[in-house]
Amino acid sequence: MTDISHTRSPSMARNQSPTVKLVLRVVLYILLGLFALFYLMPLFVMITTSLKSLDEIRTGDLISLPREVTLDAWKTAWATACTGIQCEGVRPFFWNSVLIAIPAVMISTLVGALNGYVVAQWRFKGANIFFALMLFGCFIPFQVVLLPMARVLGIMGIAGTIPGLIFVHVIYGLGFTTLFFRNYYVSIPDELTKAAKVDGAGFFRIFWSIFLPLSLPIIVVTVIWQFTQIWNDFLFGVSFSQAGTQPVTVALNNIVNSTTGVKEYNVDMAAAIIAALPTLLVYVVAGKYFIRGLTAGSVKG
Amino acid sequence: MAPILEVKNLFKNYGATEVLKDINVSIEEGDFLVLVGPSGCGKSTLLNCIAGLEPISGGELFIGGQNMTNVSPKDRDIAMVFQSYALYPTMTVAKNITFGMKVRGIDQATQDAKLKQVAAQLQIEPLLHRKPGQLSGGQRQRVAMGRALVRDPKLFLFDEPLSNLDAKLRVEMRTEIKALHQNLGASMVYVTHDQIEAMTLATKIVVMKGGIIQQIGSPAEIYNRPANLFVADFMGSPAMNLIPAKTRRDNGGTVIEIARKEGDPIVLTDPKNADLPEDVILGVRPEDIADPASRTRDDAQVAECVIDIVEPAGADTYVVMQLGGKHVTARLHAETTAKAGVAQPLAFDLGKVSYFAPETGQRLN
Amino acid sequence: MSKWLQDNMPKIVLAPSFVAVMVFVYGFIGWTAWVSLTRSRLMPRYELDSFIQYERLATSPRFETAMVNLFIFGTLFIVIAMVLGLLLAILLDQKIRTEGALRTIYLYPMALSMIVTGTAWKWILNPGLGLEAMVQGWGFESFEFDWLVDPDMAIYTIVIAAIWQSSGFVMALFLAGLRSVDEEIIKAAQVDGIPHWRVYTAIIIPSMAPIFLSAFIVLAHLAIKSFDLVIALTGGGPGYATDLPATYMYAMAFSRGDIGQAASSAMVMMLVVFAIVVPYLYSELRVKDD
Repeated sequence: MTDISHTRSPSMARNQSPTVKLVLRVVLYILLGLFALFYLMPLFVMITTSLKSLDEIRTGDLISLPREVTLDAWKTAWATACTGIQCEGVRPFFWNSVLIAIPAVMISTLVGALNGYVVAQWRFKGANIFFALMLFGCFIPFQVVLLPMARVLGIMGIAGTIPGLIFVHVIYGLGFTTLFFRNYYVSIPDELTKAAKVDGAGFFRIFWSIFLPLSLPIIVVTVIWQFTQIWNDFLFGVSFSQAGTQPVTVALNNIVNSTTGVKEYNVDMAAAIIAALPTLLVYVVAGKYFIRGLTAGSVKG
Repeated sequence: MAPILEVKNLFKNYGATEVLKDINVSIEEGDFLVLVGPSGCGKSTLLNCIAGLEPISGGELFIGGQNMTNVSPKDRDIAMVFQSYALYPTMTVAKNITFGMKVRGIDQATQDAKLKQVAAQLQIEPLLHRKPGQLSGGQRQRVAMGRALVRDPKLFLFDEPLSNLDAKLRVEMRTEIKALHQNLGASMVYVTHDQIEAMTLATKIVVMKGGIIQQIGSPAEIYNRPANLFVADFMGSPAMNLIPAKTRRDNGGTVIEIARKEGDPIVLTDPKNADLPEDVILGVRPEDIADPASRTRDDAQVAECVIDIVEPAGADTYVVMQLGGKHVTARLHAETTAKAGVAQPLAFDLGKVSYFAPETGQRLN
Repeated sequence: MSKWLQDNMPKIVLAPSFVAVMVFVYGFIGWTAWVSLTRSRLMPRYELDSFIQYERLATSPRFETAMVNLFIFGTLFIVIAMVLGLLLAILLDQKIRTEGALRTIYLYPMALSMIVTGTAWKWILNPGLGLEAMVQGWGFESFEFDWLVDPDMAIYTIVIAAIWQSSGFVMALFLAGLRSVDEEIIKAAQVDGIPHWRVYTAIIIPSMAPIFLSAFIVLAHLAIKSFDLVIALTGGGPGYATDLPATYMYAMAFSRGDIGQAASSAMVMMLVVFAIVVPYLYSELRVKDD
């Protein structure tokens, strides 16, 4: 896992005149600033639009600040906006997402931790093949499992339910959680396990007393990764839910693309921000771990 | 009494590769057995097999007279010190040491008493509440030893425990381990690639190469009578000189001719060892080629050799010359007047000489 | 605990996950592959009937559009996101005082759902009220930016939004790569008097080849799986001008009731992913085995 937060030691001295250096520096900062504007603009537009009245949206322009700040759109988005036939805002769907994400994150993290522990520390014949199979599972386009999964959920009697969605997220999250923990545990010398075996500890005792207390950083990375994935999921949500069990992303899409009535762009934006808030919050609070999760899946080690 | 450890016809394979071939070794109570060899020789695997951390592919293994071949490590009554120390990073030193007892359900009072005793023995009392990350290498080593000692097992296993320490600390800890062995009278199996460690610590040495035992013996036997060229070359520093030579019989003794870079061959006579083939490899320790003045035996024979390199090493001075097409090292006094490029009279002491067959590498005498 | 249980505990612990993967990943792939070879419509049928579904795909103008779109979208998305990500990483690597804050700004879109991203850009690109209206309002009456509703251009709006979402991630990957280059090599280059920019072009960037590969794999994978963004931004429209294989598959499966087409298009997606990921995974795993 690579950490990008350290900076290069003082280096890269250049033999240019101070003026050239200064100009280059200014150009550099201007460029960086412009890019920052590019990335911030949509968020800014979303926030300002959500605080405007519909009239102001029609007359004003995209990036102007609201003349009159109103929270009406937020209230509508949260409690009364229509998602198809239902007009209860995103609130119930927000809680659906919470109810789906929390157990799914917990279960897939725990199972991933145990899997990673076995693959990294209790190598047996076939463990590597298991890991390869698992890893490959991370890469399949989920479209290829949608149809049979819909049928199997039906057979299991959990089609269109929140437990059904939890189940799906756990199953298809295992690849990544196993990968994260395996890569973390593989860097822990196997002598630790050996020492604990000689000390008389068994499989679970070693996991519980020695590996789990070591795992806080990777648990944070995994939880954040899984939470972001599951919260932001749309494909499983839209495929395996029904009215009443939809996650917030599906509700948001329904609000935005519902064809009935007047287009309330401010409500759309407020709903979008509400849907984005939990993951944004996680990102702001624990950005370092978020980035580690992102890069862990793709950078070796 | 039964041997404390007995390994019988042990084989170990990883798939098709044999890493240990027909290992037979046993030690008595109080023995200090050192397994030594270059990396990849199987010594650590053998230790892991003894510990039960690696299943064995064939053979049997007895500890304290009990067949432990298929017993899990925790029931073998062993304790082990690892190369990386393998201290549990999230536990304090005290918890590290008592973890094994805790897992085994030993009562708290006994745990405390044993911890106190071991901590005193190893002088680590001030460290007990620290975590391994806050300790120096030497301190970690002590804690790892403590974790083993507190168990009071039948057999101690050490897997290169000193190889992560710096040179000075390594010598200190070596002495301490030796003292510990003498005081406890415990049985130990110790893996190292360092032949000096092997010589200083062992009561019995097993030299291994390629998964095969090359020689088993006391340090003196291994040093003075190496069983083959590999052992001769591996044990001792600087290594034994292995010089191709020609022999012929003469008056019940042997005349040895060693080619020199220039001039006539050196001719030495060995009154013993009559029955040698014509081509041999002569094994002479550097200390057996010395200043004529300091010769300890009367039958040492003096020959002039041109010195190539002079290496003062403080207590001694090593000189390197070329004999029989090989670099040959001799150990001279620190005050020697030897100079590179100048011929120097050297006394060859053949009292402890070894002869090896060039084709098989096996010892001949 | 009996010895057998103890010895086999690792396998017992892995077993449920193993079964889950075998059934829910490989079994399901098998099921989809099988069904893609049948005449299934509303309900799955299991009598094999050669490659009829794939023939239908091949002759479907909608699927052709989806594949062409995937190619356009994938190529532009991967190339631009990589270039932009690398550029940002290099700019940020110049001892920028506000690096932490800038990194946070460049990367936050990655934390958003594609649905949120799509919603935001749909609003920004809305011709009547968004960017176009704004620029026109500034006095540039002739300014036109109606890609969102232009069948020929709509796919590029998806490219824009996807790049906005993912380029920060590429930046993070490359920045980590830049920082992991051995300091001593860079010092040696400086001692040798090699100019600053040459250090990048000749030493640092070539040493990041594995990271380029990683970034490529991740982006390609994102592109093939792209579904939510299209649904949120264009809904596949106008018409089916912005359909991708993923949206085609979904439409066949859940609104058209054409399971055979859904399965076969899913298999095509799978094969495209295979072609990209398998060589990568193979080399990764082989290296790790050493």
